[in-house]
Amino acid sequence: MSSASILPLEPSGAQAPWTQPYRGTVGMACLIIAESAIFIIFIVAYIFYLGKSLTGPAPDQVLEVPIVGTICLLSSSITVHLAVLKLRQAKLRAFTFWLAGTVILGTIFLLSTAQEWYRLIYEKGLSLQTNLFGTTYYSLVGLHASHVIVGLIMLSLTLLLALFGRVNEHHLEKFDTLSLYWHFVDGVWVVVFTVVYIVGR
Amino acid sequence: MPFENFDLTRDYLTHPREKTPVSTIPAVKGVDETQATQHARLPAGVIHEWLTTVDHKKIGIMYIVYALIFLVIGGIEATLMRIQLAVPNNHFVSPQVYNRLFTMHGTTMIFFVAMPIMFGFGNYMVPIMIGARDMAFPRLNAFSFWVSAFAGVLLYFSYLGGSGLYAAGSAPDVGWFAYAPLTAKVFSPGHSTDYWTLSILLSGVGSIGTALNIVTTTLCMRCPGMKLSRMPLLVWIYLVMGGLVFVTISPLTAAQIMLTLDRYLGAHFFDTQAGGSAVLWMHFFWIFGHPEVYVLILPAFAFMNEIVPVFSRKAIFGYPAMVAASVCIGFISLSVWAHHMFTVGLGAAGNTFFVFATMVISVPTGIKIFNWLATIWGGRVVFATPMLFAAGFLFQFLIAGLTGIILAVAPFDWQLHNTYFVVAHFHYVIVGGILFALFASFYYWYPKMTGRMMSEKLGKWHFVLFIIGFHLTFDFMHIPGLLGMPRQIYTYEADRGWGTWNLIASIGVIFQIAGVLCFVYNLVSSYYRGKVAGPDPWDAWTLEWSTSSPPPEYNFAVLPTVRSRRPLWDLKHPEDPDSDYEI
Ligand code: HEM
Ligand SMILES: [Cu+2]
Repeated sequence: MSSASILPLEPSGAQAPWTQPYRGTVGMACLIIAESAIFIIFIVAYIFYLGKSLTGPAPDQVLEVPIVGTICLLSSSITVHLAVLKLRQAKLRAFTFWLAGTVILGTIFLLSTAQEWYRLIYEKGLSLQTNLFGTTYYSLVGLHASHVIVGLIMLSLTLLLALFGRVNEHHLEKFDTLSLYWHFVDGVWVVVFTVVYIVGR
Repeated sequence: MPFENFDLTRDYLTHPREKTPVSTIPAVKGVDETQATQHARLPAGVIHEWLTTVDHKKIGIMYIVYALIFLVIGGIEATLMRIQLAVPNNHFVSPQVYNRLFTMHGTTMIFFVAMPIMFGFGNYMVPIMIGARDMAFPRLNAFSFWVSAFAGVLLYFSYLGGSGLYAAGSAPDVGWFAYAPLTAKVFSPGHSTDYWTLSILLSGVGSIGTALNIVTTTLCMRCPGMKLSRMPLLVWIYLVMGGLVFVTISPLTAAQIMLTLDRYLGAHFFDTQAGGSAVLWMHFFWIFGHPEVYVLILPAFAFMNEIVPVFSRKAIFGYPAMVAASVCIGFISLSVWAHHMFTVGLGAAGNTFFVFATMVISVPTGIKIFNWLATIWGGRVVFATPMLFAAGFLFQFLIAGLTGIILAVAPFDWQLHNTYFVVAHFHYVIVGGILFALFASFYYWYPKMTGRMMSEKLGKWHFVLFIIGFHLTFDFMHIPGLLGMPRQIYTYEADRGWGTWNLIASIGVIFQIAGVLCFVYNLVSSYYRGKVAGPDPWDAWTLEWSTSSPPPEYNFAVLPTVRSRRPLWDLKHPEDPDSDYEI
């Protein structure tokens, strides 16, 4: 068979530098598009079934606005951004600090969701099976919470590695990709919060 | 310390092969080595190599082979159905088995034949056409393939459950669109529907992974000079297809999650007893379903865009228009789904919108057809087997589009919905269009993938037999549809006047099977006895033909640099390079 390439036109990089986007960022952007489509379907189902439950309880009877959790989650977007900035400047201690802050804030959000669910299930008697509101509420908020959990796992792993001194500025692009995911999880919460606790109540 | 051996400065995600410095690979020696080791290996070693591979070409071929196996299985199911329908009042299979057959046939053909085979060709062609050495995420690629493969096995495992193989086990029986509330636990007890749901959910994960890989590869891995405006049209279309997969498969995934919650945790998404809506499922399904058909036809367009110019000996006519049309189709296809639901009663405004949107999508599609015709026009057309199938595609896809327009007229659709006219329409697209394009691309790229030509003689037999069979089956299938024969019925009365047409349709299957047998024999025998192809048997112009056949693992010994859309033309005709004309 012939040679492996009949086209050694010229060695690469002979002309102007040839740059393309970082694949992690593009890959994450693709994932975010796909995930958004999943969330949109759940949100549409939530809105479509608003007020269509045949039995109670209704959202305005049982839902309480999760102020603390929301503030924590939204500020964790800022802390993760600060962590990226510090990593870029190779200030590793500050990076670890802000990363830890992000993990703590995310955990508080998760705990507040857990507390809300506990209250709804054991005090208000609302479960996935109760009515259409229960079905759509738990699945939408649960879908978001599962994304928070995934993000927290990844952030905690990074934190662990950072604590052992195994993260440095060479990992900037990768951590940036992770932070993109976390911003997405936050952004989704803004929509879910608006739909469930403001419009839907 | 626990993390002592975990070196974070090492790039664990990138496969070592990718990191090999460009200049140190001696090209010719590399090829010899791969071949020598492959002959010396024991079968177990070869199997191990394929099971663990992250090479985009091997994964591509595995996707294709896997899809071909399911194509045969789905074809057997279709044959059984055609036997059952050949004559009125037939009792070849029971109603229950017939339900399982059409459900499995549709699900298999869409999710485990068409999708994987398109991803297979994409996997193989996209990196090599943009001058890359592999996909952006080689391991994700392997993961996606194996998840999809497992999903297919899971679906077919259902045949073994329940009452076992003879009565078709607990294979799903709710139709490939699985309308609610038929899928609720009350109407669909046991696990048949769960097999359907879970296998589709899993294959969706695989599809999204591969689409993500294709899009990222296209945007991040192009060789120097391969600007977006110089990418082969195939790559452009795969980019659009990948984007479409994100927004198409995800809604289906979401709907499957809801259905699973309904069936296992007692949720009420599609439970009409608790106020849930069956129509919501239809919307969710067709928001997936219609763009999905474009996910499948777009790669078929992609193959046409490579094959038609090469066999017309001309550059493609209207490259920018082709790109624009593909992108337009991608967007418009998101807004037409409810043409599958005219009989639901969408209201005048809804009907008007979806009629209009469906008609609009035929504009970019028409642009493509005219561009292909203009490419052929005045060319020195070579009617090798790939071009024969391409010509079949052009003709049949046109007719399929026309019956589509007929169905898109809401009042007319009220008459034709759920009849065999619809079945004829979409088989015209999927068999007459997509499958013909696929056959064309098999004959076209087989030499690249194996190093051997497929037999032209058998190829022509395949073409003639298959096109006769196709037209017998699907041309005549329109007529019982117009006469009112509903789809998804297991038999019919003799006095309806549908018998003759059904018999002709069933006879066509014999020719199709004969054609496919020629094809399969050709595939296997050419691998051993085919004429040696050499790197560029068709005198083509895109990068895959610049490397040996089959290409070495790293594709290119030296990464190419391109200056136009047809780099090999530039190389072969230095006195008249394309780069002088393209803007
Ligand atoms: C060229 C433009 C096209 C138009 C205007 C069109 C129009 C339609 C319409 C209106 C229906 C609904 C008929 C009914 O159920 O009453 C339909 C069904 C269908 N079409 Fe098309 N179509 C087009 C292209 C395609 C393509 C490219 C594919 C596949 C790749 C396709 C596959 C299908 C399938 C699978 C169904 C039936 C689904 C089912 O009910 O199970 N169509 N088409
Ligand atoms: Cu459609």
